Amino acid sequence: MTTIVLSLALAILAAAILGCTYRLIVGPSRSDRIAALDTIGINLLAMIAVLCMLLNTQALTEIILVIGILTFLGTTVLARYIERGSVIEDGDDR
Amino acid sequence: MAMIVEWIAIVLALIGALVCAISAFGLIRLPDVYLRSHAATKSAALGVLFILLGAFLFFWMVDGEINAKLLLAILFVFMTSPVAGHLNGRAAYRSGVKLWKGSVRDDFKDVLESGGKSAPEAVHKPEPPKLP
Repeated sequence: MTTIVLSLALAILAAAILGCTYRLIVGPSRSDRIAALDTIGINLLAMIAVLCMLLNTQALTEIILVIGILTFLGTTVLARYIERGSVIEDGDDR
Repeated sequence: MAMIVEWIAIVLALIGALVCAISAFGLIRLPDVYLRSHAATKSAALGVLFILLGAFLFFWMVDGEINAKLLLAILFVFMTSPVAGHLNGRAAYRSGVKLWKGSVRDDFKDVLESGGKSAPEAVHKPEPPKLP
């Protein structure tokens, strides 16, 4: 029974990622695509947490942290790129 | 007792998945970058909070261990998700993405036109809200 409910949660999360992929492909501006990528990363993190419960193992919990950090870094760098045209500038010590 | 908490954890995971689905629905249906950013940032973070809390309770009751990495992940997602949404919205405005035609207020435009002063020094004329 728990396997069925957790598999249902995984399927719902997969559908959410599919919806974000629609916005990633169609999105009129680049910021839409960045927001969609951010949401895909966060949903992927949630999927791995559900997968940990489904497989009854704690070995995958490091991956949650790593995906969280990579999603945040990717969003920050891409937003900075479309705002200023470059990621690292000369004399940039902030 | 462990059985009950295990079911609570699983129902929390299901609720979180539903909130994530609502977030994706908002990301598809809302008309504007700035409106979509609400759906992409806040409700997705709420869904992840539910799922990670459910996983934390699950491993606490089933394995009898407190998994600090899941608590760290909750803290990290809640710290970084608003920051990422704010950065993305500011980058969208400054790279010239138009607001939705039904938007009634644009405070950042006044700040940019007054030379980057902070909001209280900028001239702000309140205008009656136009209905779309």
